Amino acid sequence: MNPRTVIFEEEQRRLQEVCTRLTRDSLARAIFLIDKNGQILVAVGETANIDTTSLASLVAGTTAATSSLAKLVGEEEFPVHFHEGKRDNLHISLVGEDHILTVIFDERSSLGLVRLRVKKATEKLVEIFVALAERQGLGEEADLFSEITDEDIENLFSDTF
Amino acid sequence: MSFINYSSREIILKIVYYGPGLCGKTTNIKFIHTATNPDARGKLISLETKAERTLFFDFLPLSLPAIRGFKTRLHLYTVPGQLFYSASRKLIMKGADGVIFVADSQDARFEANLIAMDDLKENLSAYGYDIEKIPFVVQYNKRDLPNVTDVEKLREALNPWGVPDFEAIATEPDGPGVFDTLKAVVKMIIQQLRAGAR
Repeated sequence: MNPRTVIFEEEQRRLQEVCTRLTRDSLARAIFLIDKNGQILVAVGETANIDTTSLASLVAGTTAATSSLAKLVGEEEFPVHFHEGKRDNLHISLVGEDHILTVIFDERSSLGLVRLRVKKATEKLVEIFVALAERQGLGEEADLFSEITDEDIENLFSDTF
Repeated sequence: MSFINYSSREIILKIVYYGPGLCGKTTNIKFIHTATNPDARGKLISLETKAERTLFFDFLPLSLPAIRGFKTRLHLYTVPGQLFYSASRKLIMKGADGVIFVADSQDARFEANLIAMDDLKENLSAYGYDIEKIPFVVQYNKRDLPNVTDVEKLREALNPWGVPDFEAIATEPDGPGVFDTLKAVVKMIIQQLRAGAR
């Protein structure tokens, strides 16, 4: 069976706290924590007008492409990549092996400040992910799937298609 | 790799459409986008060149009803089919929960199907997947065109494992076979999750 990613409420709350604090400290507009497969874990700040699902898949795509570019030119990784716009900028950085932190900021902040604050927050995020990985090994989530019936599976498609 | 969030009570499954260039992977997900209840679908993202070739990927998020209190979301991706986009094709496979191989039924594309299938096997094993274990279905698309290969011959060449397979015409207004293909792979993924939990 394929491995799976599980997020529990406690870790979700801790990740959310770190990201909320980072938004404040870095004067960011919005912050997104995403996994490398394109799933969103946390979205904080001015996220109302942003399609977060699309953002997550595109950030994961561009990060995967950037990582391959690094290998092509002989670097192991480009842990940070940055997109500069007329008004908003995007600071994308790796958190451990499997996650990506995306900070959207405008002229109220600066690249230097974002870079500094991201570095500090990343250490805390990595700690939480290490704790989460240990918890995932315990199999707390197993019950959810064992209770699924064939009827549940059939009903999944009833209203959608 | 399925994603389960106990905080937002969501299960997210990533499904990848694979196949040779211009076989209809993007057409499949464009049809799904059009024919799905608007409340259940997200925005379709298509990273195409001017010649309608997928450059990096297409992406369509869908919401299914809750299962045991958990909202089920599908993230559908297509890979670029052209051989020279091999690097980006491999990237999209990461974390896939299920794979749909879309074959082009035309005689002239028989060889291209075989090459794409070999490429799929190679990319799956690069991520440690086994084609005989990952939820996997095959679709024989473009059945309405003249000069199509017999399904039996396609099956023999592309589905020696006997996984569920479907004939389809993704360009038709009612897209025969398109939803059947998707449903089959979703069922396989959930059944596999269940088997793993028991």
